[in-house]
Amino acid sequence: MKQPKNFIAEVKNIYTIIVAMSTVIGFGVVVCIMMLINPTFFISADSTTGYIVATIEEDEDKIENGIHVRTGFVDDIGLMETVNNCTNCHSSKLVIQNRMSKERWLATIKWMQETQNLWDLGGNEAIIVKYLAENYAPENKGRRENLSGIEWYELNN
Amino acid sequence: MKRRNFIKKAALGSLATLIGADIVYGATMPEGYTPLALGDPDPFKLFDLDTEMVVLNDKPWNIEAKAHLLDDAITSNKAMFIRNNGLIPENIDVNKWTLTIDGESVKEQKTYTLSELKSKFKQYTYQLTLECGGNGRSEFNPPAKGNQWTIGAVSCAQWTGVRLRDVLEDAGIKSDAIYTGYHAADIHLSRAPKKEPISRGAPMAKALQDETLLAFQMNGEDIPISHGYPLRLVAGGWPASVSGKWITGISIRNKIHDGTKMGGKAYRVPCKSVAPGTKVKDEDMCIIESMPVKSLITYPKTGAIIGKGKKLHIRGHAWAGELKVAKMEYSIDFGATWQECSVKQPVNRLAWQHFKASIDFTESGYYEVWARATDTNGISQPMLLPGWNPKGYLNNACHRIAIKVK
Repeated sequence: MKQPKNFIAEVKNIYTIIVAMSTVIGFGVVVCIMMLINPTFFISADSTTGYIVATIEEDEDKIENGIHVRTGFVDDIGLMETVNNCTNCHSSKLVIQNRMSKERWLATIKWMQETQNLWDLGGNEAIIVKYLAENYAPENKGRRENLSGIEWYELNN
Repeated sequence: MKRRNFIKKAALGSLATLIGADIVYGATMPEGYTPLALGDPDPFKLFDLDTEMVVLNDKPWNIEAKAHLLDDAITSNKAMFIRNNGLIPENIDVNKWTLTIDGESVKEQKTYTLSELKSKFKQYTYQLTLECGGNGRSEFNPPAKGNQWTIGAVSCAQWTGVRLRDVLEDAGIKSDAIYTGYHAADIHLSRAPKKEPISRGAPMAKALQDETLLAFQMNGEDIPISHGYPLRLVAGGWPASVSGKWITGISIRNKIHDGTKMGGKAYRVPCKSVAPGTKVKDEDMCIIESMPVKSLITYPKTGAIIGKGKKLHIRGHAWAGELKVAKMEYSIDFGATWQECSVKQPVNRLAWQHFKASIDFTESGYYEVWARATDTNGISQPMLLPGWNPKGYLNNACHRIAIKVK
């Protein structure tokens, strides 16, 4: 008597699992088909916009792997002084791609004050110049560097 | 998963296709840098660019090509470098757009509407080489300040417009005229309304050349906004900053134009050569005129691996500022030996010229193909960096691509 009862219970069990799995798979298939037909089906324009606004408010000055995510600047003493004074007119990208000594960073600031409407940096000037000179200092490149960053590929011609 | 992480992955990874957004910056984005949000302007969509173009700066926009993107004989908008000193004009109304000719040496100040320019003067089309004076700046040592252009700030599109000479002569040029100076509608980065981001010019002799145009078409269509719509100057063979965009006025000057980026160290090199890193006084700096001889291997893309015994076909363009390219050579042994290859005549004066060659490699290994052009004065490209200068202009060192033979 025990065995048939067990048998029935097991059949029921398997049946439940099969039903549950096919429901999940079936739902998945329907979602996939809808995504194939219209990739943006589940993403309304409104929800995307709302999402972005929330992100800006949340992570404005987030640091990841030593980098200030919003600007790309290296995280070090003087970061926020630099962000707040050096990314209003031009992008941080202009700063990051340059390499200068302390003296030349200072000369660049003076040039921007004389010709580009940059304001007086007051006590922040020394902090900013130190930050830039330490994190964006020149390296000796010689008269011609090796080719670098080559992405190799098979050429069949 | 944190939200920013998700957005970064969504913007850069395969999810991008899922949400219907293009990959922003892609490979060129510094590690760890994430765009502010997906709502930021996507330059590739905004300016209709090849997604392999490299964004050097997004405020102001400065974007360059890679050598292999410039393979076409006529550069299309998709591969054309964008160089801005200020912000692109907002709310352009072509019906109200005017060009004013003024200055100390104009006989009669005159203002033209766009339709007057188009109907009153004969139109010409030329293919013209425009190269940024700072193209190649990234290689200078000690480094020079500014956008770190590598090799892609050069283009050769087809420009249609009226001759600057015809317009200046219509207003009348006094005998004491020596220089022109342009004025444009772009906006200074500080947004100060009276401040011009850039206002350069050319000596009268250059301004009066047949090929110096006030152009309103590029490659047969309205000039794209990023390249000066609805009216720009095109002065081929000279630093591209002479070819002002969004032009609203030309001053005929009785002295060297003194607009923004004419003085100081801008678009100037030491009159006499200096040792790397030398401090040079402003009065010892001279204005750059014609660009130097240069060439670019546009096929294949660097990094090609080929089988031993197979020929490698290379091709590219060469140009020489005001001059023509007289000879084209390549080397596969770092300049120890050079082979001459064929180079075509330019389609018109100041257009780049096309070269090609087929190369045999007898041994397997790592190679670099170097290209070297020589102009009609017998001046060649240097293999090392040319004379150092404070702002890193005029780097015309040989272009090279890496090849492996297996």
